[in-house]
Amino acid sequence: MKKAGKKLFGGGLGQLTIPIIAIALLVIFNLIRDPGFFSIDLLHNNDGNIVLSGNLISIINGASELAVLAMGMTLVTAACGGQDISVGAAAAIAGSVFVKVLKSGGSINGGTVILAFVSACIVAMLFGAFNGTLVAVFKIQPMIATLILYTCGRSIAYWINGGATPTVSSPILSGIGSFIPGIPVPTPVLIVLLMAILFKLLFHFTSLELFTQSVGINGSAARLNGINSTFIKLLSFIILGVCVCVAGTIGVSRLGLINHETLLLDVEMDTILAVAIGGNSLGGGKFKISGSIIGAYVIQMLTITLYAMKVSSTDVKAYKAIVIVLLVVIGSPVVKAKFSKFMTNTFGQGKKVAVKGAEE
Amino acid sequence: MQENVLLQMNHIEKRFPGVLALNNVDFTLRKGEIHALMGENGAGKSTLIKVLTGVYQMDGGEITVEGEPIVIKSPQDAQNKGISTVYQEITLCPNLTVAENMFIGREGSAWVQQKEYEKRADEILQRLGIPARSGQELGNCSLAVQQMVAIARAVDMKCKVLILDEPTSSLDDKEVNMLFDLMRDLKSQGVGIIFVTHFLEQVYEVSDRITVLRNGELVGEYLTEELPQVELVSKMIGKELEELSSLGEADEKETIVNAEVLYEAEGLSSNEALPFDFSIKKGEVNGFTGLLGSGRSESVRAIFGADKVNGGTVKIKGKPVKITKPVDAMKHGIGYLAEDRKRDGIIAELSVRENIILALQVMNGMFKPISRSEQEAFADEYIKVLNIKTASRETPVGSLSGGNQQKVILARWLLTHPDYLILDEPTRGIDVGTKLEIQKLVLKLAEEGVSVTFISSEVEEMLRTCSRLIVMRDRHIVGELKGKDLNQTQVMKTIAGGEA
Amino acid sequence: MKKLFNRKEPLTNTQLLMTITIGIFVVMYILAMTLLGGGFLHTQQIFDMLNDNASLIIVSCGLTIVMIGGGIDISVGAVTSLVVMSCVLYLNNGGNVFVSILLALGIGLGFGLVQGSLISYLEIQPFIVTLAGMFFARGMTTILSVNPQKVSHEGFTKILESKIEIPWLGYTAKNGNLVPARIEFGVVIALACLILVFLMLKYVRLGRNFYAMGGNQTSALMLGINVKRTRFMSYILSGLLSGISGYVFMMHTGAGNATNAAGMEMNAIASSIIGGTLLTGGVGNVIGTFFGTLTLTTIKKIVVSSGLNDPWWQSITTGGMLCFFILLQSVVLSRRSKKKKAK
Repeated sequence: MKKAGKKLFGGGLGQLTIPIIAIALLVIFNLIRDPGFFSIDLLHNNDGNIVLSGNLISIINGASELAVLAMGMTLVTAACGGQDISVGAAAAIAGSVFVKVLKSGGSINGGTVILAFVSACIVAMLFGAFNGTLVAVFKIQPMIATLILYTCGRSIAYWINGGATPTVSSPILSGIGSFIPGIPVPTPVLIVLLMAILFKLLFHFTSLELFTQSVGINGSAARLNGINSTFIKLLSFIILGVCVCVAGTIGVSRLGLINHETLLLDVEMDTILAVAIGGNSLGGGKFKISGSIIGAYVIQMLTITLYAMKVSSTDVKAYKAIVIVLLVVIGSPVVKAKFSKFMTNTFGQGKKVAVKGAEE
Repeated sequence: MQENVLLQMNHIEKRFPGVLALNNVDFTLRKGEIHALMGENGAGKSTLIKVLTGVYQMDGGEITVEGEPIVIKSPQDAQNKGISTVYQEITLCPNLTVAENMFIGREGSAWVQQKEYEKRADEILQRLGIPARSGQELGNCSLAVQQMVAIARAVDMKCKVLILDEPTSSLDDKEVNMLFDLMRDLKSQGVGIIFVTHFLEQVYEVSDRITVLRNGELVGEYLTEELPQVELVSKMIGKELEELSSLGEADEKETIVNAEVLYEAEGLSSNEALPFDFSIKKGEVNGFTGLLGSGRSESVRAIFGADKVNGGTVKIKGKPVKITKPVDAMKHGIGYLAEDRKRDGIIAELSVRENIILALQVMNGMFKPISRSEQEAFADEYIKVLNIKTASRETPVGSLSGGNQQKVILARWLLTHPDYLILDEPTRGIDVGTKLEIQKLVLKLAEEGVSVTFISSEVEEMLRTCSRLIVMRDRHIVGELKGKDLNQTQVMKTIAGGEA
Repeated sequence: MKKLFNRKEPLTNTQLLMTITIGIFVVMYILAMTLLGGGFLHTQQIFDMLNDNASLIIVSCGLTIVMIGGGIDISVGAVTSLVVMSCVLYLNNGGNVFVSILLALGIGLGFGLVQGSLISYLEIQPFIVTLAGMFFARGMTTILSVNPQKVSHEGFTKILESKIEIPWLGYTAKNGNLVPARIEFGVVIALACLILVFLMLKYVRLGRNFYAMGGNQTSALMLGINVKRTRFMSYILSGLLSGISGYVFMMHTGAGNATNAAGMEMNAIASSIIGGTLLTGGVGNVIGTFFGTLTLTTIKKIVVSSGLNDPWWQSITTGGMLCFFILLQSVVLSRRSKKKKAK
């Protein structure tokens, strides 16, 4: 236990220290406040299926879109040293395409859903490529380049559906958005798991992780070692595009409709936060996807905790801000340095004396 | 003697986590003295300077200026106390004008009088013979001029102590002489100058005293005229100097004359290099020499495809190939160790292991990742072979000393088993011991049939290892020396006169 | 170009980008006048643009300062909104107009202080800090009042309704009456801020320090500039200007609303970029930013006048224009640095 504690505070977990501590703190806080907070029940839901439910489930479920986006955003941040602030707008576009293709086919069956998803994916990847080209080829700062899509993305989504907010309903969609009959775990959670596994496989069967980190840390050296930085950066945006499509699809399936204005509104800010809380540097370089996923759950847990404390949805923002500030202050280099100095002064002394003794 | 002392540093101690960078170091600077501070990488020179300039806070010791003890808390503090520094990396703002760069941070009032500054700046620039206009955006000036503006700023601040940290690295001989004249001028005005440099000849040309540091400790302070160069180097590396001269001079061996031509370029040109012809045989070691700015680096970069190639034909082993970017060159068996290892070489936050396997991984392509166990085996092998000092193979490369970083990059390229290895300034900023190892390595590679191009600003290094020396001036090749022409005199003559 | 400014030196990056922006704005406006006629022919059009965007102009000045220093502040819109709501509630509860001004400045300054400290002294990334600031301000606005609140303070309502009238710049309406040009007080304040910030950036040491810090932070430190304090000041100024902008906003709309100034921060960033400010720092000019704001507004008006009423057209054209300017910046600057190398 002592060793684990030392590892945690000594930074032995590397960049995962902060997100894990954050989750731990939130969990402890909730348990103190309401011991039954994390209880999980098996209930019958509206469709008559047996499903898991409870606060914990709703946290993990609700964070799904955020987690998926955070995975892609981590890659873009690592390679390009900046953030993509258009992911919400892009998800709205993806969702719109998804719905449009679904409704234009006759019936909604497995085939049309797959077709709709693929179409949405291609569109999202194209917009990703647009952003990626501005960043990789024209060397524009990511936040500036994606400001364009941020400004007009939702309007484009609106235009795709001719100014309407069409609804779709189908058992397949509710299967995606909530539960597949027979599986008690909410489907979005499974989708997150699937995406995480896909990323892991991607990094296992290719050297994308090494190349992305190299490009992010030192683009000039990466180029002189033969790495095609432009391609890597472009690829990161395209992969984010896929994540955007998945997130948009989940969002649409949950509600059974696409509202360009509200779908994943302001999610870009939460996504960037998730990446930062996950211990990844917003300036690019080394990264850990797992950190961002945990970061997403931290944010969601924070929001749900606040709701459980009867904070109204409009006020949540203020409290979220305070907690986030606390977290980043603790994680800031200045505070960390002071903390480690404090630790060495209090606990390190013992070590020094022993060594000296040994020398003599 | 005492009244003459300008700056006195006593028992200076500075530690970082896990490392005692300065251990009981003393340093004395007298008025009107040019004092060279020397030592290998990791000796503590730059740490001592940073303590003096307020970038670091010392953990022990005291500093007095003109007999009065002082505490230096920040660069601004140091500046106020009359200690000015000009660093190796340009520490000016490229987006401001020359005049602004000279006066910013030291204005007396809150109001900025542009016209006034420009007038004063013009006076100073003219007096010092610096080719720049006060209203020019600094980023538009060449690096050498930017360096000189930095020095002009320090001079104008009427500093008592002027620290020049590797000021000549980017200057050509004419500019170095300008700088030395300036230094002598200041010396006669009573300014004390601390001159940190790796260039031995320059130390002997301009300094009065030399202080040598080694491993964070003071070795000694000597009068320059009483310390022969050989002894100086021996004090810096702590071992006898027979080894240095043991390499002798390389002759063009029989085997090379008859070897096949590995690489041949005709009319090769790039954005940065004028068209040139070049060829190298299997197992041959050649060098490029010339003044700074003569185009040596640009030529080899064109060979490697590091700059945009826009003309010429290239043949490898007799077959025409197209090399327009680094990965093309790599696929044809060419490796390139860049001049600026910080900017173009190391990926600082990645581990030694990841840095070593990087080039090989790129050659394998993205879809054939090298397995972790293989990576570890490769890394361990080269750590041993090249004697790389690192805590472990997972240590971030950024925390290694300059010499060891260079070895990591060498390992990276050696791992790709190139047919032709280009080394651009592999020994710059490296301690003498490692320099030797690298030169020996070059000769060994040649023996194994690898062609090597070796560029170094220290001509003796090239004379020791190369069997052929290409001389460049103003971006043109003006001569090629081999056999008995391989000596300092002939090199200087060729550079000056342009004919072999 | 060189002769135009009678300079010996080629234009700096800042000046070049700003000149391009102004040029494009002028061309665009002239085109609008000739092709679309109507409202564009009246000077009132420009005054309306200024009236509607006074608060945007003010926060854009603040954002330009921060961006020149190499930072970013995305809390400005939220802080503006918070200031509006706070002042409205204060005035409606029997407050004093003078104190309400102090309240506005105080809130803005408060945000600047906290954000500046976190960014400069704790070295936390500006995006995160100001994002938290934005969340906090938006949240506080709704905590104060979820519902919109209208100003009912007598003294203030009088200020609200008064405008500066310039008869000779007016136009004759269809019914034959002479309608004088109207400028709101807010515009005067905005222009004053603009001039003050411009002077500061050019002639005051702190202003030049912003440029130095943004150009090369390490150099600035070595040159003896207190980088931490300079950065801190940039956020203080941005906060202060957000406070002023909030008050001007209230003078324009007379009501507090949770959705006030939504997206203003992005508009401010867009204005700065179009005006030639680089996010990387060291390059920028508030005059350019001012024209950036005008350009943004003009495009919107052109779209509306052209009969493209569907709401999505405005933001799509804004996005397109942003794209154009961003690409233009990138191309111009890269060609310049290539030219430099060739020398």
